[in-house]
Amino acid sequence: MNKVSILLLILGLWSCSDTPQKLVKIEGKHVQISDSITKNKELEGYIAPYRKRIKDEMEGVLAFTPEAMNKSDFKFNTPIGNMMADAVMEMANPIFHERTGKNIDLVLLNYGGIRSGINAGDMTTRTAYNIMPFENEVVVAELASDELQVLIDYLVQNKVAHPIAGLQVILDAEGNLDEAKVNREQTRLRFLDGQVQKKSFYVATSDYLIKGGDRMDFFLKAKDIQTLDYKLRNLLIDYFKKKDTIAPARDQRFIQLQN
Amino acid sequence: MLQQGINALFNFKTKRMNRLKFVKTAGAATGFLAAGGMGVWSAFKPKVFSKHLTILHTNDVHSHIDPFPANDSNFPNLGGVSRRYSYIQNVKSENPNTLILDAGDAFQGTPYFNFYGGELEYKLMTKMGYHASTIGNHEFDNGIDNIAAQLQHAEFDLLNSNYDLSNTSLGSLVKPYQVYEVNNLKVGVFALGIQLDGLVSKDLYKETEYLDPVEITQEQVKILKKDLECDLVICLSHLGYSYKSDKIDDLKLAAQTRGIDLIIGGHTHTFLEKPSVVDNLDGKKVLVNQVGWAGINVGRIDFYFDEAGASENKSLVIEV
Repeated sequence: MNKVSILLLILGLWSCSDTPQKLVKIEGKHVQISDSITKNKELEGYIAPYRKRIKDEMEGVLAFTPEAMNKSDFKFNTPIGNMMADAVMEMANPIFHERTGKNIDLVLLNYGGIRSGINAGDMTTRTAYNIMPFENEVVVAELASDELQVLIDYLVQNKVAHPIAGLQVILDAEGNLDEAKVNREQTRLRFLDGQVQKKSFYVATSDYLIKGGDRMDFFLKAKDIQTLDYKLRNLLIDYFKKKDTIAPARDQRFIQLQN
Repeated sequence: MLQQGINALFNFKTKRMNRLKFVKTAGAATGFLAAGGMGVWSAFKPKVFSKHLTILHTNDVHSHIDPFPANDSNFPNLGGVSRRYSYIQNVKSENPNTLILDAGDAFQGTPYFNFYGGELEYKLMTKMGYHASTIGNHEFDNGIDNIAAQLQHAEFDLLNSNYDLSNTSLGSLVKPYQVYEVNNLKVGVFALGIQLDGLVSKDLYKETEYLDPVEITQEQVKILKKDLECDLVICLSHLGYSYKSDKIDDLKLAAQTRGIDLIIGGHTHTFLEKPSVVDNLDGKKVLVNQVGWAGINVGRIDFYFDEAGASENKSLVIEV
């Protein structure tokens, strides 16, 4: 190493070691990525073939909905949640019945599993991907009446608009359970009296919840689990195809009474 | 003797460089010269701040590669990576000393994920120049082995400090922290993930073990601030902004720890009006930020530094 390079090295190390720095000012803000910002052309070109392949499969119109719906539209039960739970009941029950000779008593999905709203207008395959992007499948859990009671308690305590069908839960003005019914057989369940007329209930749900997702631990105690090899998203796509118009409503399936 | 001394110094320097990641910016060389020059000409120091670092950040982008459609009832025409990239490029041309970070859940939410399993998300983050991201709960949606597989498309660091991944396929692929040297400022970044039990199926996260975020934070801060002498410590968090229960969240983490300068949060899809400022255990200010989801917003935090001697009496100014 010659003298010049040693000198340069010393200089380099010296300037690199730098004066200690003190943080004196912070500015923070949020910038909205709106259409006033030009798209980067190179990146657009890179995405284009990926986008085309998806678009080809996504854009076919399956049904129509007159109004936009979101899971946060109402408390306790919502049109979008009711539509999803009703779709599971309508589409999954024939399969379950054919395989087992039994019927699904009720459906329970989870609020968090509704991954987007539905815009007014045409419903496409993409709509189903947006609301149900996950690969989850429909499963039917056989729950003992004790576990059904825990399921109902879970709804009563959480007071969240989890999608349900075949089940009615009515809260009193204080938010406690007033009554719960499993509609399909008009079974009136008065758990407090210990008079439960049915030993097992068949609850259709997703394979995410059956494994204890969203703390629905009552599913972990299922007596039996039947998988239907039917993805929730495909079920919704089939349901949309079957209906011309999707116009679900809020109803009385999960409500709180007023004084 | 002199030669030996220099070699030792040089070796030390090389060793230190290996631990660091130098962020190559067009301005890095300029900054180098300016810093050297200022030592000599400090009496004529031309600008107010000696160093300026910009952080750009996203969270919960959830595969939203395209903008929302014009008929979307909530976010018409908002978001999209091509526009985000233009914004990033604008900021970098203004300040090359910019770090680009993400707080997890890059995966899941549009057919791009169903079709390509996260490949395009990671490729685009690489093209946009992201430096680091972390593991959100939805990164596990196609299983932990899919994260490992998709990392071949990522040239940024995937960081996590509070998952013990040693018995998983991510064991050698995910680092607990990374130090980025930007314009001779050392920026330490570590990352925290949410408790997976009850949120993600065990068959997807496999042998991942969740460790207490507060304890891990103190450990990470000690490494980054004391041992590696970072000028700034940033936590990428997928814990969530705030819970009413005693479940750990970003606000609680900021208050219950010391040494973090900025928490970039995610998971709760929280649209904050502006970054929150929280007092930590030492009474020092911590910025906690989160920018909703889907790439609708990008967070921008600018840090300005002065030479320690010159600014002894200045207190930290926070403008949010």
